Formats: sequence, C-alpha cells, structure tokens
Amino acid sequence: MRLRELAHSRTGDKGNTSNISVIAYKLEDYPHLARHVSAERIRTCFPGMSIGEIERYELPALGALNFVLHDALAGGVTQSLALDAHGKCIGAAVLDLELPET
Amino acid sequence: MKSIRIGTGAGYSGDRIDPAVDLAERGQLDYLVFECLGERTIALAQLARLDNPDHGYEPLLEARMQAVLPACKRNGVKIVTNMGAANPLAAAKATARVARSCGISDLRIAAVTGDDVFEAVCSGDFLIEETGAPVASVRDKLVSANAYMGAAPIAEALAQGADIVIVGRASDPALFLGPALHAFGWQMDDWPRLGRGIVAGHLLECGAQVTGGYFADPGYKDPPHLARLGMPIGEIDEDGTLAVTKLPDTGGEVSRATCTEQLLYEVHDPARYLQPDVVADFSGVTMMEDGPDRIRLAGGSGHPRTGLLKVSLGVQEGWIGEGQISYAGPGARERGQLAADIVAERVRLLGIPCRETRGELIGVNAILGPEPDTPAPREVRMRFAARTDSRADAERIGREVEALYLNGPSGGGGAWRSTRRVIGVLSTLIPEQLVSPRIHMMEV
Repeated sequence: MRLRELAHSRTGDKGNTSNISVIAYKLEDYPHLARHVSAERIRTCFPGMSIGEIERYELPALGALNFVLHDALAGGVTQSLALDAHGKCIGAAVLDLELPET
Repeated sequence: MKSIRIGTGAGYSGDRIDPAVDLAERGQLDYLVFECLGERTIALAQLARLDNPDHGYEPLLEARMQAVLPACKRNGVKIVTNMGAANPLAAAKATARVARSCGISDLRIAAVTGDDVFEAVCSGDFLIEETGAPVASVRDKLVSANAYMGAAPIAEALAQGADIVIVGRASDPALFLGPALHAFGWQMDDWPRLGRGIVAGHLLECGAQVTGGYFADPGYKDPPHLARLGMPIGEIDEDGTLAVTKLPDTGGEVSRATCTEQLLYEVHDPARYLQPDVVADFSGVTMMEDGPDRIRLAGGSGHPRTGLLKVSLGVQEGWIGEGQISYAGPGARERGQLAADIVAERVRLLGIPCRETRGELIGVNAILGPEPDTPAPREVRMRFAARTDSRADAERIGREVEALYLNGPSGGGGAWRSTRRVIGVLSTLIPEQLVSPRIHMMEV
C-alpha cells in the first residue's frame, strides 16, 4: 500500500532546510506510520537530490511525523537557481512510499 | 471566559485582498492582522528605501488599507501588520493619506521602529549562523540587518490607543500574540500562556493555509470552492486556548487535517519553536472538532525565552539570468537535453563569468532531480539559469536560450527570459538588550 492512502503531507522551508510533515488521516494508523516511515526511507524518496542529515520528530497525539531535511534546497530560497527554490513541491514525493499492509 | 477574535487579512505580500474585506465587514473581529513580510522582502524594501526615502514599505499597503479601512473603522476592528517593512514611518504616513482620502478621521496610527540593527551587527562581534564567519566580513555587500522583534511593542502601541499598528521586522506569530498580550495582560514570563499565544499565531499567520489553501489533492483532500477561499478567524481566550474557524459561505475547510499541516509548517523541533518572547512547545498540542469548520486546540505550552533575537541579514549576491524554451512530440526529451548542452557550451565558449549554472528539463528533472527510468514525456520545457556578478552577464544567459529558436534543435518554441537581482538572506543572533523598540503615534 502507498503512504498516500494513509497519510497526507505538507512541506515548509527555512533557509537551506526543508521540513516535511507526514500526517495520518486516521489516528489509529499512526503506529503503522511510526514503525515504517523512518528517516532512511524518506531519503529513498529523493534519489535525484542531494540531501544532508534527516531528523524525525514524533507527534503521536496528532498522528504526525515531522521530518527535517538539512542542506536540501541548493542553498535556500534566496540564492538557489532551482525552479522551486522553496522546495514546496518535494514533499508530495514521499506519499509514493510503499508500506506493508499490516 | 474573556476572548478576542482575530482575523488574518494576508499571509504573504501578494495575498488576495477580497477575503480580508469580507472579514472586516462580517467577521465580528476585534483585530485584523496582515502578515506580508517574507525573509528577503525586507532587503528588497531597504533597496527601495535607499532609492527613495519615502519608499520601502509593502507595495500593496495603500490598496489593502483602501479596501479594508472603511469597514474596520465602522466595525471597530483594529489592524496589526508588518507592512511597514523597511520603513514603518512612511507606511504610517501613507496609511494616514488613505484614511483621509476615505473621509475617515479620529484614527490613531502607530509605527513601531527599532528592528533595524545594521550598525549594531557591523560594529559588534557577531557570527553568521550559516557560515560561522563574522558579520563584518560581508559588510560591503550587506543591504539590511533587521532583528525579529517580539509582541511587547505591539501590545504597548495598542495600550496607547492605536487603531492601527504598523511594524517592520517582527516575528510573524508576534503579530497575533501582541493583541492577546494587550487584551489579557499576560506577564512576559508566563511561559505556558505565551507559548499558547505563539501556537495561535503560528496557526493563523499564513492566512488560508489553515482554511484549505496549500492543501487540496483531488480524490484525497477536496476542500470546496477554492476560488472563494475564506481567510481564518482565531478566537483566543485568556488562557491562550485557540479555536480556528472561518466565515460561513466561504470556500475551503477548517479540519484537524488542515490545522495539523499548518501547525508543523516550517517547524523543526516541535518542542522548541524559538521565538523572541518564548520558546514555544507544540509537542503536546491536541485538536478537537468543535462544530462545522471549527477546531479547538489544547495542550500548547512554552519555556523561558533565550534572550537572543534572530537577525535577518540581506546580502547582495549578484544576479540570476534565466531562459526557457519548449519541445514537444517524439524525442522531446532528447532535443531539450541537447538544447541545455548547447547553452552550457555557449556559456563556456563566450567566457560568460558565472558563479553557478543549472540546465534542466521541466517535467523531467527540474524539481526532484535526475531519477532513473522516467517515462518519455510528450513535451518538455528546457530551463537554463546562471548566477553572475553583473546584470549584463545575467542578461546574456537568457539571450543565449532565446537564440535557440534559430540556432538550436528542431521545434523549439515559447522562449522566455528573465534577469533578476539576488538578495541572499543570512542570519545572526544578538542580545535582546541591543534592540530598542520605539513607538511613533500619528493621528488623523
């Protein structure tokens, strides 16, 4: 099953750092996300990008994970030559992650 | 329990104006907040001010004030905004002119200054967060240095009777915390309440991003009527608890999903959201549905502030020149790639001095980079961009792309080019004692 069936996501930026939230539609699916959506798996969603350290924060009361991707935005919005200098488009790519059914 | 009602009239500089008018007219608001100042906007505003001492505030200030002032005056809605950008005093004068032209009198307008710390950061011993180098080392390309101020001067201006408070650089949530401080008289070391006030401000500061904007994903998330999206209304009580809602008959939605996305937007460690007035703690926040399009938040808290203020440094980093051209049909990707390779070689042959270049195919690899096994696209758009020291060199990049019409692969169409100034933003931290806010009151 794809992550997209269980969760939604929003991307934000601060300087050269991106954050991507992964939020369960249903609170009862949160443990499944917490078990299978690790920082290492998030990295596999971006094979074409250069990304530094990835941190994961857990918010069980909200059914949410917050991933912080360091050095992810080619210098950050103010200097980057990237088309999407904020990296606002990138978070959606994590919703393609394949998860086990149970 | 006593509470206040705050509407968000803008979540960024170019935001829609008509939803703000709707809020002013029928939102039963106490306050209308316009957040319009991005990370680098203030540096661009500072450049405008250097060109003309009466400029340097938000370009849409007059249009916004013209649109909302009559309803705000009629309904007793106070306005708080960072539309002052690099010139809050000029913004206050412009607001006064708009008020007079609308026939409005008996209006007190406060401009808050003191965020400009250019001299202090250049003469002190401060290090750039991103590079570790001293701030003084970038002095010759430094355009602006503005400290993120807290909510206290906003509350003070309201206490002095301001109907409109115009600041420059302040933390975005402080625009919302200020009215709460004024209304409830919270102590500046009441960390849990200050933290909840920041939770409220953070939920509201991006306007429609909490009411269904930046959210829709057809088939999965379908907020209705996005062309008529309503801006948010926050009800904050004296304990700092927030309920988020919007006007009935507006588009969008307020749900746990929209509020959770916005709570984590641009947040790193949710337990330590650093602010001038408090270190806010979002880690215990919970959300409850409290009626249609209405969510109540509980569990926010806060910890003692650091005593340091973040300073945003605007730095001139040259120019970006860019060109784009499209290819379609069989071999579109290969022709687009050939076009990118040609421009890269031309830049070398002509010796155009570039600090950095980037050639890519929109629709193939421009956002997520080169990935293996992507299917052949029906059409692509080649984009070539370069950062240069001079404007003239930046312009040559776009012209090289445009010249592909006659000199490049077959079937290139829709060429487009642009040249723009690059303002980099760096940051440093300074002790809060170095920032002295000042309130200038003006009466119409």
